[in-house]
Amino acid sequence: MAFAAIHFPNFPVQAVIRAEPPLRGAPVALVEGAPPVWNVVAANETAACMGIQIGMTRTLAEQFEGLQIRLRSLAQEIAAHAALLDLAWSISPRVEDTAADVLVIDVAGLASLFGSDENIANLLMQQVVAFGFTAHVAIASNLEAAIHAARGLRGITLIAPGEESKRLGALPVSVLGASVEILETLELWGVRTCEALAALPVLQVSERLGQQGVQLHEWARGARARAMVLAEPRITFEEEMELEDSVEELEPLSFLLGRLLDRLYMRLTARSLAANAVHVQFALDPVGRKDVQIRNDDSRRKKKSSMYEKALTLPVPMRDSKMLLNLLRLQLQGDPPSAPILKIVISAEAAKPRAVQTGLFVPPSPDIAKLELTIARLTNFVGDGNIGSPQLVNTHRPGEFRMNLFAPSREGEKSLRKAAVAANALALAKTPATRAHDFADSKPAIGFRMFRPPLPASVQLYADRPKRVSFRGAHGEVLAASGPWRSSGDWWREDEWHQDEWDLEIRFHIPPGRQAKSPASCPQHGLYRLYFDSIVQGWFVRGIYD
Amino acid sequence: MKTAATLRLAVESALAGRISAPFVYRDRKICETVPSGIPEIDSLAGGLPRGSLTEICGPHCSGRTSILLSALALRTAQLEACALIDSRDAFDPHSAAAAGVKLNNLLWVRCQNVDHALRATDLLLQGGGFGLIALDLSDVPPETVRYVPLNAWFRFRKTVEDTPTILLLLEQEPHAKTCASLVLSLGMDSSRWTATSDASDFPPHGSLLDGFHIRAGLRRSKFESASATSISPDPGHQHHRRFASHNLETVFESKTSWGIPDGSWPADPKQK
Repeated sequence: MAFAAIHFPNFPVQAVIRAEPPLRGAPVALVEGAPPVWNVVAANETAACMGIQIGMTRTLAEQFEGLQIRLRSLAQEIAAHAALLDLAWSISPRVEDTAADVLVIDVAGLASLFGSDENIANLLMQQVVAFGFTAHVAIASNLEAAIHAARGLRGITLIAPGEESKRLGALPVSVLGASVEILETLELWGVRTCEALAALPVLQVSERLGQQGVQLHEWARGARARAMVLAEPRITFEEEMELEDSVEELEPLSFLLGRLLDRLYMRLTARSLAANAVHVQFALDPVGRKDVQIRNDDSRRKKKSSMYEKALTLPVPMRDSKMLLNLLRLQLQGDPPSAPILKIVISAEAAKPRAVQTGLFVPPSPDIAKLELTIARLTNFVGDGNIGSPQLVNTHRPGEFRMNLFAPSREGEKSLRKAAVAANALALAKTPATRAHDFADSKPAIGFRMFRPPLPASVQLYADRPKRVSFRGAHGEVLAASGPWRSSGDWWREDEWHQDEWDLEIRFHIPPGRQAKSPASCPQHGLYRLYFDSIVQGWFVRGIYD
Repeated sequence: MKTAATLRLAVESALAGRISAPFVYRDRKICETVPSGIPEIDSLAGGLPRGSLTEICGPHCSGRTSILLSALALRTAQLEACALIDSRDAFDPHSAAAAGVKLNNLLWVRCQNVDHALRATDLLLQGGGFGLIALDLSDVPPETVRYVPLNAWFRFRKTVEDTPTILLLLEQEPHAKTCASLVLSLGMDSSRWTATSDASDFPPHGSLLDGFHIRAGLRRSKFESASATSISPDPGHQHHRRFASHNLETVFESKTSWGIPDGSWPADPKQK
């Protein structure tokens, strides 16, 4: 049995740096509190070396040249911690969420996958760096010993079974997480290291420090063992970013969205998942740039901001953050937010990635990712609802259909190949006479073109049949007619219909001058479908046979 | 004096990076064709060429949509993704389904004007992967289509070249000029009704529209003529050939889905 503990020093600062990668390497301090009293609550090592101390006021901290001061962000810490859990689950399914800055992984059984404990520790360190963090990793057979070693020792630490006491001995007692009172007591006693605490008689420690003292004594010896408390794998993936200055332009917004999407997709990839849908929420600043009121941080916090939401549903689960960013940009170009943006929240619905098996004889089909991007670009200028696959609706209403998302079907591929082989064999067996007879039977279906909306028409009847027709400035005589074919329906609804349809062969009378100008656009002769709408009491042209 | 080989080397090195093989003859006239679903059209033109621009011209009610639906039915039956850019939103899904088009394999782009239609065609050609892309300008007046610059058609032709995509252009008059590899012109010949009569008391509901005859002419073909070849009726069978163009005109019939089945005609039907 072995446990790997990962400690992330100055975790609040690391969470902020994760959101702003340019801060990496710079001295950073976080402040928190009610303005105007802001105190430093966290600082990285570089800032500490400069002289920044916890509890220092913001005003004093600002005196240090080069120091980057940021507000502490709980939202970023939550997102960063979720990312670290995803990192841990990518290594092992048994993970304990010990603290905000400590994770423990059960590495038992991973030797067959990753090799020795040293390899596992190196892999963990690489993954941590790839996620944009710094950490200390310790592996021990005792869970508590691994945690304390990770807190106290830098870099990678491997503790062999039985050596816990020896390796933890030099560490200060503060790494054990004791209360302030106990630490003060131990300080008074001159007990500063774990070795010194472990050397004390346990009975006397119990008498003076109680049960917590006994616990600390066991931890100092690396003797206390406990079971892991497993964390439940999460299914929500969310990243957010609060902006100090509102963003209005698409270009800087795209940059921020790209960064958030990269982080989101890194977490999905670590869990071997893809995004099925992405939801974007913007908290908008209702006070626009043209507002002359001077705003300070306080007034900005107090104002309630409205929200802008966008949902992007993907045809198949995808892991391409660049493609998704392009889709979001296209959507935002078509429907931009009405005010500058103060906060961005992106969440992804996770799904298993799609596994596609291609074949040598598969007919050409568009790449799903490129097609999605193309359709998004087309939607920008043809409009939503004007692109997709038509689907017939189960109704008798003439011309009724709905538009669906375009998703080419591969159903029947195997039977198609079999049918092609069979047809080929049959064709080879046929004689030319048989083939000629086959040709005679295969007449194409007649095409029909709709007029949307239907064209109003004027019809003269003779003996209850259309005799002369006029529409769109053309006048014609009916040569042949078929009808009326009555249909009606939806009488229980407001949009009921009641129509008498006719198929008419019409010869138009076109002035010679107009015909010579553009003979193709002036039809002399055509087959049309007209209908009489009994509800509005009018004639309309539904379409033309072509 | 420089030899031919030296000169050739000098020319190839000068053109290196711009033209890969300037002295290699590239026979552009052989192309892969697929059946249109109408045997008469296939006999006339050899099928629809892949990687080329095909123009189908004709006035209203000349059979352009019938040919389009037949081609879409064959391609979608082969599970190829197809796209229809509809400049005037005239496509009828019901007649398409009756013609055998698998609608879930068809991307329908409903445009409002010619500019949107051209931009949509550009984007879909650039995306690639479609077996057939049809640009329907049938209802756009020829004087409007005339304003489309020639370089647009040239760009379409270049984009679709060397791809398996069939690019169909439906319009009232041909406009793509030399950019089109195949140009067919259509016209209505005569209509067919299940029953006709000059008697004044003949009820109009006693007759159904059965279809009409379409006259198709081969206006231009960029491919060499060859001896007559047999055409397989199998819709999936594809050809690499120089196809026959010795028949410049043909007539075929289109049929309504509710007409009388062949072989059960009345004793003496009259055609109009």
